[in-house]
Amino acid sequence: MSDKLYRVLLIVAAIIVPLVCGGILYALATDAYEAFNHFGFFEFLTSTDWNYTEGEEHYGALPFITGTLMTSLLALIFCIPFSLPVALFVGEYFKDTKVAAILSTVTDLLAGIPSIIFGLWGFYTLRPLVMALNISPQGSGVLTASLVLAIMIVPYAASLSAEFIKMVPNDLKEGAYSLGATRAEVIRRVVFPVAGSGIFSSYVLAIGRALGETMTVTMLIGNTNNIPQSITATGNSMASIIANQFGEAGDLRLSSLIAIGLILFLITAIINMIGKLMIKRARII
Amino acid sequence: MKRMKKALSSLTLLALAAILVSCGGNGITGNRKAQSISGAGATFPLPFYNVVFELFSDLNGDAVAYGGIGSGSGVRNLRDQVVDFAGSDAFLSDKEMQEMDDVIHIPTCMGAVVLAYNLDGVENLRLTGTVIADIFAGKITQWDDPQLVALNPSVVLPSEPIIPVFRSDGSGTTYVFTDYLTKVSSNWAAQYGAGKSVNFPTGQAAKGNPGVAAIVSQTKNTIGYIGSEFAFAQKIPYATIANARGEFIEPSPTSISAAASGDIPSDTRVSITNSDAKGAYPISTFTWIIIYKEQNYAKRSKEQVLALLDLLKFMLSEDAQSHATEVHYAPLPARAIELSKENLRTVTYNSVPILPTVGGLYER
Repeated sequence: MSDKLYRVLLIVAAIIVPLVCGGILYALATDAYEAFNHFGFFEFLTSTDWNYTEGEEHYGALPFITGTLMTSLLALIFCIPFSLPVALFVGEYFKDTKVAAILSTVTDLLAGIPSIIFGLWGFYTLRPLVMALNISPQGSGVLTASLVLAIMIVPYAASLSAEFIKMVPNDLKEGAYSLGATRAEVIRRVVFPVAGSGIFSSYVLAIGRALGETMTVTMLIGNTNNIPQSITATGNSMASIIANQFGEAGDLRLSSLIAIGLILFLITAIINMIGKLMIKRARII
Repeated sequence: MKRMKKALSSLTLLALAAILVSCGGNGITGNRKAQSISGAGATFPLPFYNVVFELFSDLNGDAVAYGGIGSGSGVRNLRDQVVDFAGSDAFLSDKEMQEMDDVIHIPTCMGAVVLAYNLDGVENLRLTGTVIADIFAGKITQWDDPQLVALNPSVVLPSEPIIPVFRSDGSGTTYVFTDYLTKVSSNWAAQYGAGKSVNFPTGQAAKGNPGVAAIVSQTKNTIGYIGSEFAFAQKIPYATIANARGEFIEPSPTSISAAASGDIPSDTRVSITNSDAKGAYPISTFTWIIIYKEQNYAKRSKEQVLALLDLLKFMLSEDAQSHATEVHYAPLPARAIELSKENLRTVTYNSVPILPTVGGLYER
């Protein structure tokens, strides 16, 4: 009897999560329908117009898709020089030592800092620095946002890649050493090829985190509704246009914002799926 | 045991306090039960509302909850009938009025939009409406543009590009600012118009008054528009602006109130930007509370409605208005208060007027 009850409870609990997820998708899709129907799905994706003048309303998602992809990809590139050394330090060079434990704890701590704090740091410290170095006159822009995003996703990329680096079998490494390989060679020839797809997947999951980041980007990207012309120019991301304009939006604009939310949901889901698939492949090796 | 005793006694205290709150006060209305009133909308009057609502609660026992979620959302909440009142920096358009049941607008205080700037060594920047419009339209791009130099002969303007800063979120502040630009510049009216969000062609944007203020105070050669209540409290440098009479006016509670000294229509739905009154600061505005004329909706009790009307009467009272300048707003002119009191008389419950249709508003 109690075994049966236990089973039922488990099934109910397990079903709730996919149900909620499906419900969110359904709600987004129904509310976004008006925008897709009005502009056409493809037109909505590719239009650069974001015009809310009454009577000439026209909304398109391309500037925000571009902004999101630009900031996320740049953040990914900027985060590699920070996260890869940390992963190697923790997972290979100082594996299972106290100093590695401290470093990985500190890195993980970064993940716990609320994004508004990163935003404030970016706004009051990094942005004036960008202006002082004459990189851009207004300080805000894709570059500033990406730099802060990069720091934010370091813990996600670093701790997962460290796990994969740790998983590289000792036999393989010892084999290489016995053939006279140096440590650098072992890392290049053995660790990276074996843990490679795992490391790659950890970066894919990190980018998934960067895609949806809202507060930090809103504070630093400059919030102009156009496609950024350079990496120092201002722009807007999908999450930040929603955060900015949700409050006062109605009807068609609200529907367009929800449509952008749906697109963001799908992009994030696809990227996470790719990451999960890569992890599976990595495990098989 | 001891702990339990302590818990019990604090419980008793709580209960006592609750009783005190519920029968105490009602200073204005005698013996109705304390109600909780909810409203939502504009963030612009929030500091003023916080002060006044607290005063009202102290005086009357009714609790007032107000969510600063933006004028548009506030009006949407009222339309969905989930709040007692909406706060809005823009009055409803005729079209919006048609889409809802009958509503009335009650102005509660006045504010303005100031142009904050960050220029080395410039303490008093003078601007005109057309110049502001051209700056935000991207037509005047340099600080040493001949038009700016002509307006400011006594200061040295840098030869640097102007960075306009605007609001990234929809906002009543943007509405008031662009409403003014639409009146003073035909080019602005044709290309961009007035609205809570407008497609500014150049510059950068930030969320909320604090966002714009932070960017302006941190970034050289910027100019941005900010709600006066915020600018006054933060002591950011702001420009003196020429009004319709050609007088250069600094924003202040006096010059803001002066903007409303002209004619006000009986429903108080009026834009007072570019006012031609003497000494008027040209980018001034009322902020309104909007309520339904027929108050029996969403199963609200009559006592709830009485509490709401008490609140609005209180906000129009001298007591409440005298607090406006403390929190950097301007008090309502007498005419607006008079009209609003008349409008409150038209509020009904089951089609029966609630307040006396003639005589004093505070008698029952």
